[in-house]
Amino acid sequence: MPKDFLAGAKDEYDVIVIGSGLAGLTTANILGSAGYQVLLIEQHYKLGGMATWFKRPQGHVFDVSLHGFPFGMKKSCRRYWNQEIADRIIPLLGVRFDNPQFSLTTPYDRENFTELLTRHFGVEHQTVTQFFDAARNMNFYDEQQVTTGEFFEKFFPGRQDIIRLLMEPITYANGSTLEDPAITYGIVFSNFMSKGVYTFQGGTDMFIEMMHDELKRNNVDVRINCNANKINTRRGAVQSVQVNDRTIRCRSVVSNANLLTTIFKIVGEEVFDKDYIDEARNVRLNNSSTQVYMALGENDSIDPATGDLLFSSTADRFETDLLLSRDITSRTFSFYYPSTRPHANPRHLIVSSTNANWDDWVHLDDDGYKASKEELIDTTLTALEKYVPNARERIIFSEASTPRTFAHYTQHQNGASFGTKFEGLAVSRGLPEQIKGLYHAGSVGIIMSGWLGAINYGVIVSNDVDAQLM
Amino acid sequence: MTPAEIRDAVLDILDTINPDEDLSSLDDEKEFRDQLDMDSMDFLDIVMELRKRYRVQVPEEDYDNLVSMNKTVAYLEPKMKDISA
Repeated sequence: MPKDFLAGAKDEYDVIVIGSGLAGLTTANILGSAGYQVLLIEQHYKLGGMATWFKRPQGHVFDVSLHGFPFGMKKSCRRYWNQEIADRIIPLLGVRFDNPQFSLTTPYDRENFTELLTRHFGVEHQTVTQFFDAARNMNFYDEQQVTTGEFFEKFFPGRQDIIRLLMEPITYANGSTLEDPAITYGIVFSNFMSKGVYTFQGGTDMFIEMMHDELKRNNVDVRINCNANKINTRRGAVQSVQVNDRTIRCRSVVSNANLLTTIFKIVGEEVFDKDYIDEARNVRLNNSSTQVYMALGENDSIDPATGDLLFSSTADRFETDLLLSRDITSRTFSFYYPSTRPHANPRHLIVSSTNANWDDWVHLDDDGYKASKEELIDTTLTALEKYVPNARERIIFSEASTPRTFAHYTQHQNGASFGTKFEGLAVSRGLPEQIKGLYHAGSVGIIMSGWLGAINYGVIVSNDVDAQLM
Repeated sequence: MTPAEIRDAVLDILDTINPDEDLSSLDDEKEFRDQLDMDSMDFLDIVMELRKRYRVQVPEEDYDNLVSMNKTVAYLEPKMKDISA
């Protein structure tokens, strides 16, 4: 008989949270600590969603999305999780750029950027100050007509090199492009820029495990291998969720599944207003990614001067189309030193990340897919040789993931790594007006993306749920 | 609660949200944002704490009443006058 992953689960909860990405985990934790009966279900066998890791033979542990979140994580983890989690958030000091336009290393804070822009790029000090202030003063209810590209042009006309410096890391962090509204850039940029770029000491596995412990302390019922097949509604309000082969009643549902999956697959469009469905249909998914995971041998090491996060490109200019193209010219290398996991076997690992289009990968047959993955690994090793000498001989393990891999593990449509585009936010926020007690928390609209964005959106939605249930 | 008690309650919430900030020199006339290192999540925290501690609801369209101490106390007074301190 197959294992019953819902053994001992109750027939009714105050809240059912679908999906254990960082937004789902945070919502469950806040509502659990507020005293509500919370059931958190995850379709995968591991918690974390895209905040994930995997183990391979010989003691290698690869992190998928660990390096490079903003300082704000420290405060959000302290406030909505616990002090022990917050204490493990440490700065990454070596953020490096290498492209045909410039090569430099920066701690990625406002002070250093001001220095770089005035000295290295020859911009007037006053212009830099005005740019930072304009970015910082943006709010998400501001006008959305101005694009990020136009915003840059206003302060740094014709300066492709400066645009690259300011934009490349944000694109890596949340998938935003020059064509997105400027406010999406401004809000994320000012979050990053104040105090540098951070990581979690102990690795993603420890991060998620500490969160799981906190959830248990707050009496959240956490269940893996549990799929939400259907959210049942009655007279415009949520009633229950069909989890595996059981129907569990609840007063509220928070879906941390992809927004479009939630509306069209788990709930079903027939229960929504036609206008709302039309709006939802126009929500664009964000792009997906490819990654290559590489490990050095047990006794081999990477020179720490190589940096922690390297934005490397051979393209002459920074353009969204080039970033997404199968003909890869830009890669972000995350270098993981033994200090990432001080408690584990000392290992030097490299993860290369590139934005990618679902359409470029979905139609390949088995042989074509396998060959494309091998080619991806091969070209990545070639690119890496510039930074890790003789990388091809020294890498003892390598593996690739593609948009298909992300789709398989997260069940996100088209393997979207950053949820939906900006217009998804209004649809996500509008969900409880359509169905009482139904909420969505997860990556929408850039500003709510990435590790910090997801956690903070979970906080915002918890506040709404608490107000409804009280 | 009297306005003075409401002020103390808000001060206590601010201290919970930002334990590292020195609140003793807070100017009640000036905006919080110009004196304290506060972002939009901190304002949401004030709303959440008010509901948790005093069961006071602040709807989203009223958030801009929480910009300074004086404005916050004035906004909360009718909502909290019947609560015992």
